[in-house]
Amino acid sequence: MNDLRVNNISRSFGGLQALQGVSFDVASGNVHGLIGPNGAGKTTLINILSGVLAPTSGEVFYRDQALHRVPAHRVAAMGVARTFQNIRLFPTMTCLENVQAGHHLTAPRPLLPRLLRLPSAGREDRELAAKSRGILARVGLDAKDSHLAKNLSYGERRRLEIARALSFRPRLLLLDEPVAGMRRAEAAEVANLVRSLAGEGMTILLIEHNMSFVMNLCSRITVLNFGRVITTGSPEEVRGHREVIEAYLGSGGHDA
Amino acid sequence: MNLLAQQLVNGLFIGSVYGLFAVGYTLVFGVLDILNLAHAAVFTLGGLVALWLVQTAGMSIWLAFPLATLFAGLLGLLLNQVAFAPLRKRADSQFSGLISSIAMAIIFEAVAMGLFGARSVRFPQGTVSVHIWHIAGVTITSLQVGIVLVAALLMVVLTLFIQRTRIGKAIRAVAESERAAMLLGVNVNGIIASTFLISSALGGAAGILYGLYFDALAPDMGRSIELKGLAVIILGGMGSIPGAILGGLAFGLSEVLTVAITGTSNLRDAVAFTVLFAILLIRPSGLLGRGKMREA
Amino acid sequence: MLEQLAQFYAVYGSVINFIGINALLALSLNVTLAAGMLSLGNAAFAGLGGYAAGILTIYFKLPYVVSLCGGALVAGIVGLVLGLPVLRLRGVFLAMATLAFGEVVRIAAVNLDITGGAEGLTGIPNVTKTWIIYLTLAGTAYFMAVLRSSKLGWALVSMREDETAAACLGIHVTYYKVVAFTIGAMIAGLAGGMYAHLNYLITPRDFGFFIAVDLLIYNIVGGTRIWYGPILGAALITALPEILRGVGVTAGPIRMGVNGLILLLVILFLPNGLASIFARVRPAAAKAETA
Repeated sequence: MNDLRVNNISRSFGGLQALQGVSFDVASGNVHGLIGPNGAGKTTLINILSGVLAPTSGEVFYRDQALHRVPAHRVAAMGVARTFQNIRLFPTMTCLENVQAGHHLTAPRPLLPRLLRLPSAGREDRELAAKSRGILARVGLDAKDSHLAKNLSYGERRRLEIARALSFRPRLLLLDEPVAGMRRAEAAEVANLVRSLAGEGMTILLIEHNMSFVMNLCSRITVLNFGRVITTGSPEEVRGHREVIEAYLGSGGHDA
Repeated sequence: MNLLAQQLVNGLFIGSVYGLFAVGYTLVFGVLDILNLAHAAVFTLGGLVALWLVQTAGMSIWLAFPLATLFAGLLGLLLNQVAFAPLRKRADSQFSGLISSIAMAIIFEAVAMGLFGARSVRFPQGTVSVHIWHIAGVTITSLQVGIVLVAALLMVVLTLFIQRTRIGKAIRAVAESERAAMLLGVNVNGIIASTFLISSALGGAAGILYGLYFDALAPDMGRSIELKGLAVIILGGMGSIPGAILGGLAFGLSEVLTVAITGTSNLRDAVAFTVLFAILLIRPSGLLGRGKMREA
Repeated sequence: MLEQLAQFYAVYGSVINFIGINALLALSLNVTLAAGMLSLGNAAFAGLGGYAAGILTIYFKLPYVVSLCGGALVAGIVGLVLGLPVLRLRGVFLAMATLAFGEVVRIAAVNLDITGGAEGLTGIPNVTKTWIIYLTLAGTAYFMAVLRSSKLGWALVSMREDETAAACLGIHVTYYKVVAFTIGAMIAGLAGGMYAHLNYLITPRDFGFFIAVDLLIYNIVGGTRIWYGPILGAALITALPEILRGVGVTAGPIRMGVNGLILLLVILFLPNGLASIFARVRPAAAKAETA
């Protein structure tokens, strides 16, 4: 079954055509890679899929629900989470608070019991804190739960963003360059995490420039160049595709 | 008919002062994306220092005007150094800069009050010799003409400066993108300082003209023009110099026309602020804005 | 002892009352600041509440408490109606739009008959008691303190930190902005009503642009990130003239200069306000930073 169907999506900014007739499917429970040279339109596509941007034309269906032209908060409510290429954490919150804030959709946290100091409020907060620590542990940040997000290292910030995205138990996770700037060991841990999430049935679409990461992790890969899909296929197919090689060599030999 | 013509002419005079004030206001916003709420206090001090130079130091207004304008420009450098430069690296520099400019406005106003007293003061009689002309039933004084000419001259010089000179081009580059300007070898800090110098000098000059026109100067006179200036630069599009000039004229005209039509000064600002409010909702980049709306 | 207290109140009673009302106004602005919105309209909301409450008392002979609630309700409704279109704007553009709104309200108050024109609405009975002000302040402060831990509070703080990221976590940004704006307007309206019933009269000057700026100053000086910050700021700035008089300074310009200097020093060196001296806003995080 296909979780996500991208159908003929186009988007332009003024005169610039960022995406042109992009179509591909992402199968349920798959790890799907999205690659292409800088400026190929990858982040624009993620922005459209998460409701941050509206497409100029075309359709996106997630589990047969139309997702194009749905605002970001409703896309999230449909079970879609994302991270950002330029990392958008809540900088003056601690790691734990970032994950707690991420529970907006899943934790009721009603005001009235809190004003009346009912025990249920305290219970909910304690359970939520424990759950959030568990999520931090999955990305290896449990020891840093009381550190401010802005004081983390680059790689830690990327991992915290993944933790925050996981907080409301999404079924589709969009990762925009999850291992950019990470050392090899750290990237391997993220790869393991992505694998185990997929094993639990989560669908993952990820953008990444680190080719060995993409080739090892993804079962399907879509290649974009100048806003168009060159091909979608298995890592082997993509690696041997003539146009893909040209696109990468043509762009000056990318940081593969 | 004559009354209307007279009002239009009056609106033109006061509008040119508003325009001059707003040009400096909008320049800083265009370059730094920061609202400098101390601009009105610089306006006040410019006027009061010119008065002091004329009254106490016994200078002619023709010497006092450039000296006080220069003084206002130096206040701009001080503003930048104390209130804006230390905050530039902060993530919320737009917000904290606004706050520190409010602090500087309060301090400047306190200084003005301490030095010149809280009461309204005026230029000594005969500071400028006034001729009165009656043209087709419209009364125009040489003072009014002089104010419009000086304001227009300063605005033309500024426009040419920004468009033609090397510093002007650098200012535009910094306005476009600080980082790109830096990569092109522009001394960004120097350019920001010169922007404040120019902006505040124009604000001070506007204060002197305002004091001459209304024949009254007070430490809190900046307060009323503060809001008008904000309205003008939104009307004209934040960061747009021709927009600020036209906005100033439009605001001056709307003021006098509202008074002329309603017959009461209570509604003087009503039209302007209602229009301002509407523009923000419909076209927040202003009438002549360049659509630089990173924040909206 | 009791006698001394009574004497102190006799001398400083009005300052104490104004500290309470200003603190309440500062809290009203804090609701929107906590969500990252810079509003300069809260003084106008206080004016709306004050005029509405005064009119209800004078012309409709309603009891004090009902008038106060009516004032808060009027301010809240206007806040809701204004918030829907205005809150699309961000940063200084939002500040300008709320400022323009405040000016329109002020000009309307000057020109309407029912508000008493430029002289203001006079003859409002002065029935606001100190304990009423401080009871309301305590309730509002408690509400603000608890709000942080609720779904609404988490959403507001998330929006302040990063609006786009907040939206991608399912937070309906526009909805929560309007809610925060309306709550702030209601608190301001309530404070305005109490002010009107404290002062015998309410005039357009009481709620102009510079009052709106004062509310911002209370928040910055005290600190926006914790509930007692705005109260602290309002108390300090409101009591400052008395404090200065106590040390022998009575000159207006110096008082004003000290005001400005405090604000400047706080924004330069204590970005989280005076509250961050008295207690670290985040003890755990502070430790982590030095670790």
